[in-house]
Amino acid sequence: MPWGCPGLKIMLKEFKMDLHIHTCLSPCAQSEMLPTAIIKKAREQNLDALGICDHNSAENITAVRKAAHRAGLRVLAGMEICSREEVHVLAFFEDDDALMRMQTIVYENLPGENNEKYFGEQLIADEYDKVVGSTKKLLIGSTTLGVNEIVASAHSLGGLTVASHIDRESFSIIGQLGFIPKDLPLDALEISPRCNPDEIENYKSYGLPLITSSDAHLLSDIGRVFTKFLLSALSFSEVAMAFRGIQGRAVSI
Amino acid sequence: MKLGQIVEKLHLETRVAVDALDNEVNNGYVSDLLSDVLANAEKGNLWITLQIHPNIVAIAGMKELAGIVIINAREPEEETISKADQERLPIMVSSMSAFELCGKLYALGLSGTKDNAEGI
Repeated sequence: MPWGCPGLKIMLKEFKMDLHIHTCLSPCAQSEMLPTAIIKKAREQNLDALGICDHNSAENITAVRKAAHRAGLRVLAGMEICSREEVHVLAFFEDDDALMRMQTIVYENLPGENNEKYFGEQLIADEYDKVVGSTKKLLIGSTTLGVNEIVASAHSLGGLTVASHIDRESFSIIGQLGFIPKDLPLDALEISPRCNPDEIENYKSYGLPLITSSDAHLLSDIGRVFTKFLLSALSFSEVAMAFRGIQGRAVSI
Repeated sequence: MKLGQIVEKLHLETRVAVDALDNEVNNGYVSDLLSDVLANAEKGNLWITLQIHPNIVAIAGMKELAGIVIINAREPEEETISKADQERLPIMVSSMSAFELCGKLYALGLSGTKDNAEGI
């Protein structure tokens, strides 16, 4: 039976997701943000899925995904990319190949080398929390890519883009650019746990789905806020459908 | 010029690291993009910005800046203060805008970074 047939009843279910969690790879995150520790906390918080979004890198995604798989949790693989305007954008990808291609684009446009003394360690871990290396890229820095180039690159690789913590002054699209450009084809907007509830209607006026996530940099942050997704199953394409409001799929905070 | 002299003459309010005001200031740099400061500010510069985020402390530390002046009477975040305290990095607040503050700094004899100053 084709999609959209009036007689078709699709069973939709609510899934709790915290889509913006950093690991020990992000220099500003705590070293306790290791794969199994993150997953354990996510389970305690009754999350169905979590998004891993380190600054300008995806080098811990595989480890977290493997740890999640053991625990029956789903991971949305992403990155929090910093544009040349110092705007943070979350980019999520369905398959590892697209994610790694995006990481290559980011790395090729990310100048500088990290200085652990000032910015912190950038640890790469395995799925059992063993630290196996670190990256020297200046992950705290900004890429030389404009925010529109980041969105276009992510979309060309089949990704989804979400403007990070738009209610915050620092590193947010509204803070840096004053407003969200009308011709920027973002898929959703994220508000932070500290968002003033009075502002939410204002943010909804952009006509994009609103999500909220913890932006966790330490374990106790995970799941402190979450977004409810109404989906027929837990998958990347269902999340994409929810952002577009297709066939009953929906996002609520 | 000592940072303390600038603080006194321009009535800047020091929020943290009061005991580090004998830092020597060579020149000034104004920017609100952290990546730009990382690329272009020089050691010993006084940084004028509206940014209040804790990352300004890391940037100033890495570039060995003499201090930060936050303009328009904006207040640094709590975490910015505690990090600056650990780093012994003076952060001052001014009620002036960047334009006014820079004008007054020039009048005191401070100028831009060396490369740029040569172009004047």
